[in-house]
Amino acid sequence: MQHREHIAGIIFWGATALSAGVTLAVLGFMVILSLPIIKNDMILEVLTGPWSPDHGLFGILPMIVGTLCIALLSLVVSFPVSLGCSIFIEIIRPDKPGRFLKKFVKLMTAVPTVIYGFVGVFLLVPQVRGFVSHGSGMCILSASLMLGLVISPTMILFFSQSFARVPKTYLNAVDALGGTQFQKLIYLLLPQAWPGILTGIILAFGRAMGDTLIALMISGNSVVLPTSPLDSARTLTAHIAMIIAADFDSIEFKTIFVCGGILYLMTSFGIFLARFSAGKQN
Amino acid sequence: MGKNVWDMLLGFFAWCCAILLVGSMILIIGFLILKGYKAISLELIFANTSPLEALLFKQQVFGGLFPAMVGTFFLILLSIGFALPLGLASGIFLAEYAPDSIKKIFSLCFDILAGVPSIVIGLFGFSITVLLHHSFNSQIFPCLLISALSLAFLVLPYIIKTTQVALESLPLLLRLTAPSLGATKLENIFLVLLPASISDITSGIVLAIGRCAEDTAVIMLTGVVAVAGIPKSIFSGFEALPFYIYYIASEYSDQFELMKGYGAAIILLLICAVLFGISHWVKEWLTAKTRFSY
Repeated sequence: MQHREHIAGIIFWGATALSAGVTLAVLGFMVILSLPIIKNDMILEVLTGPWSPDHGLFGILPMIVGTLCIALLSLVVSFPVSLGCSIFIEIIRPDKPGRFLKKFVKLMTAVPTVIYGFVGVFLLVPQVRGFVSHGSGMCILSASLMLGLVISPTMILFFSQSFARVPKTYLNAVDALGGTQFQKLIYLLLPQAWPGILTGIILAFGRAMGDTLIALMISGNSVVLPTSPLDSARTLTAHIAMIIAADFDSIEFKTIFVCGGILYLMTSFGIFLARFSAGKQN
Repeated sequence: MGKNVWDMLLGFFAWCCAILLVGSMILIIGFLILKGYKAISLELIFANTSPLEALLFKQQVFGGLFPAMVGTFFLILLSIGFALPLGLASGIFLAEYAPDSIKKIFSLCFDILAGVPSIVIGLFGFSITVLLHHSFNSQIFPCLLISALSLAFLVLPYIIKTTQVALESLPLLLRLTAPSLGATKLENIFLVLLPASISDITSGIVLAIGRCAEDTAVIMLTGVVAVAGIPKSIFSGFEALPFYIYYIASEYSDQFELMKGYGAAIILLLICAVLFGISHWVKEWLTAKTRFSY
């Protein structure tokens, strides 16, 4: 009997160590496979140069900039709407309409990203093309608008969760003093819930950065440094998806592990930040 | 008490945001359904083959969505098969065995894994394939097995987290009853704690199934192909619904193919909506049941 308990404990321990090992192995593979680039002192060139394999240039700077632009713009588009929606859920109509919206947002998380991409190609891109009247319509703006929709559930759910965590007695105190809803939001909820809001923003940014399909399908994938939201751009994720077909021994191919490593490190850094800010509210 | 201007503005802003969000989702889903509902038919799935023969794998389906649906189904089955035992065991360890300091390190690990972009997981799977190809057997190529394994890594942190949270949120009263009657730790876990949290765990697993069904980036790098038919073994290439949708959006050649893309998108959306519904229902229904029993 004692024996069985012991073995079970070891099995559970082993499983956890194995799962955690996967986390480290992913980083390990990215680093080891980009070693040829680091060893040849190409890393600086790769991180800051332009991409033109025909001329022997393998810089991924345009992709880094593209990733940041698309993720940032989608955050700018999505943040006000998400904040408004969570205010709607928690403050304006916590009754039926609010509950409906919350269920709706949860349902949104189940919609596959490839569907957003698909509708983006056939509905949003032609609209943007007509509006801008030049180019193909596949640009940073199109991708950011769609991506904004994809990341909004993450933000809305986090925001309303941290609003809901503000103690009820505080809310009653504001009501008892005759405070308006607006005052309640500005002087109580936002100051109390800002760590949760920050956490939501960071996680949403991580999602926006890590998304492949939307950028791949509707941002145009050009390798030139973008100068305006109407320019086409390529993200790190899309770059990986496009170069994977290249020859395994080529330098092109080795740079995608640098891309993978950068994505891994940026998202982990985001997790650290999110944990830190989430710890603040408790 | 009259409402002041700021309150009215706030209400107006919130209503606008809510309507904008719901409106754009309705626009997206509505566009898909309006454009694609005509494509939905048995022919879309089975083409010219008889459905019964296709379902019994007696006849290959050419030109229909059936191989892609079967591919997605096998993919889900395999990757959940890999991820479930590992995830459950890790979740149990974190909730019941691990001391606080170890728990912190491990759960940070799993949070990071949950945040890693799926394309990076796919790249990881791909490099494992290359490694195996070079060092073990040159017959190993990206295939169903590798895809399923990579997808398992993708959903692993979700399963761990759900299991851990479900176990940890059980009331202390329930947690102590069986041990005080002489049950061992293992008996307590398997006969009391797990059954009591089964609804939360199941609904988490169903959500993980949804992620397997929808993810495209991982399988794109690890073995999905546009035309493969029903996969012959776990070492062969396969088709999958989400990749098919992506493929059609970028490579379609005529209106007929495009309509098939719309059809596939609607079917995938339906599958994910049904899975979400099941997860929701399991949570509500099973929670009501298990709460009744203690």
